[in-house]
Amino acid sequence: MSAPLLEVRGLKKHFPVGPNTLFGGPRAVLRAVDGVDFTLERGQCLGLVGESGCGKSTVARTIIGLHPATAGSIRLAGEELVGLSPRRWLPYRRRMQMIFQDPYASLDPRQTVASILTEPLAIHGIKKPRERKLNALRLLEAVGLNPRHINRYPHEFSGGQRQRIGIARALALDPEVLICDEPVSALDVSIQAQIVNLLAELKERFDLAFLFIAHDLAVVRHISEAVAVMYLGKVVELAPRDALFEAPRHPYTQALLSAVPLADPIAERQRERVVLEGDVPSPIAPPPGCAFEPRCPAKSGVADGRCGRDTPVLTPSPGGAPHVSACFLETTNAREPTPSQPS
Amino acid sequence: MALLDVRGLTVRFDTHQGSVRAVDGVSFTLEEGETLGLVGESGSGKSVTNLALLGLIPQPPGVIEAGEVHYGGRDLLKLRPRELQKLRGDEISMIFQDPMTSLNPLLTIGEQLAEVLEVHRGLSRRAARVKCAAGLGDVGIPEPESRLDQYPHELSGGMRQRVMIAMALLCDPKILVADEPTTALDVTIQAQILELMKALQERHGTAIVLITHDLGVVAGMADRVHVMYAGRLVEAAATEDLFRTPEHPYTEGLLASVPRLGGTFGTELLTIPGSPPDLADLPPGCAFAPRCGYATAVCTQSVPRLQPVVDVHAEAPRFAACPPANRSRRRAGGRA
Repeated sequence: MSAPLLEVRGLKKHFPVGPNTLFGGPRAVLRAVDGVDFTLERGQCLGLVGESGCGKSTVARTIIGLHPATAGSIRLAGEELVGLSPRRWLPYRRRMQMIFQDPYASLDPRQTVASILTEPLAIHGIKKPRERKLNALRLLEAVGLNPRHINRYPHEFSGGQRQRIGIARALALDPEVLICDEPVSALDVSIQAQIVNLLAELKERFDLAFLFIAHDLAVVRHISEAVAVMYLGKVVELAPRDALFEAPRHPYTQALLSAVPLADPIAERQRERVVLEGDVPSPIAPPPGCAFEPRCPAKSGVADGRCGRDTPVLTPSPGGAPHVSACFLETTNAREPTPSQPS
Repeated sequence: MALLDVRGLTVRFDTHQGSVRAVDGVSFTLEEGETLGLVGESGSGKSVTNLALLGLIPQPPGVIEAGEVHYGGRDLLKLRPRELQKLRGDEISMIFQDPMTSLNPLLTIGEQLAEVLEVHRGLSRRAARVKCAAGLGDVGIPEPESRLDQYPHELSGGMRQRVMIAMALLCDPKILVADEPTTALDVTIQAQILELMKALQERHGTAIVLITHDLGVVAGMADRVHVMYAGRLVEAAATEDLFRTPEHPYTEGLLASVPRLGGTFGTELLTIPGSPPDLADLPPGCAFAPRCGYATAVCTQSVPRLQPVVDVHAEAPRFAACPPANRSRRRAGGRA
């Protein structure tokens, strides 16, 4: 079997925070990403969800090389990226591109659309200038913009159109993986649907793999085949889409899903909502054991306060291997103590 | 009689690029103890409407061209700034989207809260402090006493929004205007804040105007919903009626374009083509017509008025700003 398109193992990204001490004492460490594993296959969309500060954007930025990883492995089609110099990383970056949240801040206001869309090719020395321009015209068409607007500047476009330009730029190098970091959350509701549809269409057309980061669970459910839920720097649950939304196993996933307001007044009035208490703890001083323990409504189900001591690892659910969650309830409540299989 | 009665409110902004009518002939009422949801996309005029009620539109560039806002036998738009100041934060109060920028970073939580009571109730600093601690306790802030001496940056986003709510409720207002109160918050924190607002409303009987773009939030909170588009009200209905059968094509499109957590998947989302119009350059007639699949020549001739909708299943009278002929054609499934 060939290697997965993108394979992330034990990825960690820690940031030193606070002032440098005069005598070189240790600085506090913010564990933004603290051990994340997942794989992404060609043509697949993996949704990455979680609340602000859970590390989902840092995962994206580390994978694409905007931050050096503290530890772990990122393999693109079997080749290790962690530890590569920026120069050696360049050819891989061509194969992985990113779409950003803010369509206003992520385009250079002094560049025309033509220049925005040809620059990636120029950096990588692909094609002759004339062909680059033709390529840009094709890209505009692919993302549903008028090719005649190629000499305009970003401020002449609406938010939704700018996001289309950002998508065209990401496609310019014909990548295999697109990392979408909250691609629709800055847009108006009626525009969001247009962009979600466009992304789904492009995914089919160019056989793209998406890492789709969003806090809007309904959007993620719409576009993803599999979903990973993050909490305080770790993946707490990873499952095929329908399994995750219909039978969430981790108490945090359950609370997160029940917190999403439904656009249906009758269902909204009838549902039982798990309202979590308190806030997400600080990633500088995470609680010992399971990071969700202080807010967990289900911790009493685990014997002798284990949640506050040990860190649970991702464990396959009794239902089958692709659904994993990191909760001691899994092992406590497993119907039969099946011998654990190395995955 | 309604608690608040807004009639024909029209607000214009004169800018270098020309005049923009941000709110155009908006009328609605608010009854005691109810929650009215005001829904629309950015630029639809939902926030400006409510800023105008409270006299918070900077003039210039803003101009209140027309309208009346009746509250307690007076027209709020005719009050002098000083009289309005007496009402604001007392009988009518407001919470904003961003709790970081609406709290003063240089003052402690206690100083900011106490100021409300000193101004409106003439309490001493000490008496105010006791009441403020109780107010923070009411909104579920642990150790309220010690929080009073903290600065806003020491609190999380959810806690800051609780402080804002506590401040807005200190004087037991009759009306609370909440402008995107949970948009800046995470979903689990949003759920906490919405539950809190519901509980406080039940206890104090406060009427809430809830401004939001999130149809899920409206569905769970509002008794009635008004939908705004390009500065005008396009539909008004009881929440369940609106979600069951949206009457205005814009409302229909908005509801259809939101992906559902419990819907069908793998299918394309329905979209509203194009983007919201430029207020400085509105199309003639119905502002939604260029994006509307049901539009006919009539739609571009005059601005449709809100008119009663015949709906035998409706819980309450409902209105839509779209000609009945178009709406019945829509129900028949025919697109122009």
